[in-house]
Amino acid sequence: MEFIELHDICKTYHLGELDLPVLRGVSQQVAQSEFVALMGVSGSGKSTLMNIMGCLDHPTSGEYWLDGREISRLTAKERARLRNRMIGFVFQSFNLLPRMTAFENVVMPLMYSRDNLTERDMEQRAAELIEKVGLSGRLHHRPSQLSGGEQQRVAIARSLIGRPQVLFADEPTGNLDSRTSEEILDLFQQLNHTDRITLIMVTHDPGVAQYAQRIIRIRDGLIDSGATPSRPGDAP
Amino acid sequence: MRMFSRTLKMAFHALRNNVMRAALTTLGIVIGVAAVITMVEIGNGAKVAIQRTMVSMGANTLVILPGAITTAGVNNGAGTMMTLTPQDKDAILKECSSVIWAAPIVRARAQVVYGNRNWVPTYVYGTTPQFLDIRDWTEMTEGEAFTEHEVLNSSKVCLVGQTIVREVFAGQSPIGKHVRIRNVDFKVIGVLSKKGANLMGMDQDDIVLAPWTTVKYRVVASALSGGNQSSTSNASTSEVNTLNMIYPELQQNLYYVPTATELTDTTQQMRFPNVDQILTAAPSADQVAPAIQQISSLLRQRHRLRNTDPDDFSVRDMTEITKTMSSTAEMMTKLLLCVAMISLVVGGIGIMNIMLVSVTERTREIGLRMAVGAEPGDILRHFLTEAVILCLLGGTMGIIIGRGSSFVVSMVLRWPTAVSVGAILSAVFVSASVGIAFGFYPAYKASRLDPIEALRYE
Repeated sequence: MEFIELHDICKTYHLGELDLPVLRGVSQQVAQSEFVALMGVSGSGKSTLMNIMGCLDHPTSGEYWLDGREISRLTAKERARLRNRMIGFVFQSFNLLPRMTAFENVVMPLMYSRDNLTERDMEQRAAELIEKVGLSGRLHHRPSQLSGGEQQRVAIARSLIGRPQVLFADEPTGNLDSRTSEEILDLFQQLNHTDRITLIMVTHDPGVAQYAQRIIRIRDGLIDSGATPSRPGDAP
Repeated sequence: MRMFSRTLKMAFHALRNNVMRAALTTLGIVIGVAAVITMVEIGNGAKVAIQRTMVSMGANTLVILPGAITTAGVNNGAGTMMTLTPQDKDAILKECSSVIWAAPIVRARAQVVYGNRNWVPTYVYGTTPQFLDIRDWTEMTEGEAFTEHEVLNSSKVCLVGQTIVREVFAGQSPIGKHVRIRNVDFKVIGVLSKKGANLMGMDQDDIVLAPWTTVKYRVVASALSGGNQSSTSNASTSEVNTLNMIYPELQQNLYYVPTATELTDTTQQMRFPNVDQILTAAPSADQVAPAIQQISSLLRQRHRLRNTDPDDFSVRDMTEITKTMSSTAEMMTKLLLCVAMISLVVGGIGIMNIMLVSVTERTREIGLRMAVGAEPGDILRHFLTEAVILCLLGGTMGIIIGRGSSFVVSMVLRWPTAVSVGAILSAVFVSASVGIAFGFYPAYKASRLDPIEALRYE
């Protein structure tokens, strides 16, 4: 069994009398340590699929297996625990808490951890991660004092603090210029290579999708095709 | 425990981010709690003052009357048995811990004569100086009270009330003047202050007070009659019995004479000297009940009554006055409670309002926290903690301000206030409960947010 398995996932939103099907039977597999890009035009259902895979939402029907567990029927509380332990999120708009320093933002998810970490453990972990994303000097800066790229690095450090096995990135470069985008994508690749973290990235930019090992295209709530592009990083 | 301290830390962090708003939010609670404490403390002071007034009306006094004698099925009413002695009074004062004062009373109904004027006062009482303490009447308009020494000497001195001054002395100062009561010469040494009518409408100033020994042995001068004018002795009836003159041979009695059997049935205890009643006072109104208990058991023991015997005395308290007092106090407490509740509810609604705004404002933050693994319970706890902290801080401030203002009130307005630990404790408790009650809805609303929607919220 693969790390992530989707079997015939359907998601229908009910808008009053109207039923709005967004996903209409998606089946897909993602291996451990794979770097996958989810592509599609807006409204195609790629964000909904990512929310379901990221355990933020549950499907209307179908099965979702993550790391050998069927989780489409978990309660909100169980999904929250799972997110805390296994899953990291990186958002387009960074979603840092403006009143907290970079360091506090990174530590924040551990406040909800059930692992009984000591303060010292948490601080050590955060410091390591901040160094890893290359922000050692900016520990006590507020988000407003950081550039977009730096903010996204803080967000990545935050997503990694719980030592997740899978990272979801929703248009991570959408708010960044091309040079910082490249840096962030390089960082993703590095995480994928060295830390063996499974990466699932939602994007509509083919250039960004090129960084992934595999592209999954979604159109009108269905998988379009599963082509494997040549990776620019691997090319000699 | 670690979870809890983290929640506390986060809540404080969130509140610190918006100090001004937090301060304004708690203002409602601060004012509410301060009002409660000030009110309760002023109210307590007022209660103490009212209690003092009631005590001067005699709420804490107890009257001990001798029992009733029954002749041939006719009960002659309280005071017809002669069972109370001055020694009983001494024993009550010595052995009953709930009694602070006791005074014997010997009553007489007699004419007071001064010069060409005369008057029959409502009360001619023989007593001891403690009578004045019990009736809260120690303040004299003129002169001074007689002493225990004069009681022992059975000195012929007396105190007179305002009505006597008006009627007998025509408003002139009576100090040092001599009056005659049943042909006994008394020197007036003091004038009692004005007390007015009592609850029954009896003029309390129409009174002459003298040492009980003097009234007993010099004025009433009859151990058997006991000074009780209503119980007529056989001796006096035979004097006025004109039938004797017409039929000297006939042994005629106007009134029923108990037979020997009847007399043994109702033993007339002849321990002299007896007094007509004993007036006692408890230190406060709530000591009245234990005082009755102690006096009853002491007198039963002193009078050597068997368990099966009925009491040969009765103890009366001022039920009417104590009832008025307790209902007044209760009403004040309820009134204060209403005021307190209203202000606290208003304060609580203020908190709820601001917490709801805060939840809306921080929707994205809540969404993010949920995305990184905060359970609904965590979010609920978080916002609830914020609300409770706000309320407790407000409560603490309120206690300080309330104490301060009640102090100021007592200083400036000279109202009596009393510190109420109960009010402070309940204010803390109530402010915490208000925090939980009114913080719960916003917190619940926050915990029910959908993380996806919340993250998308602008």
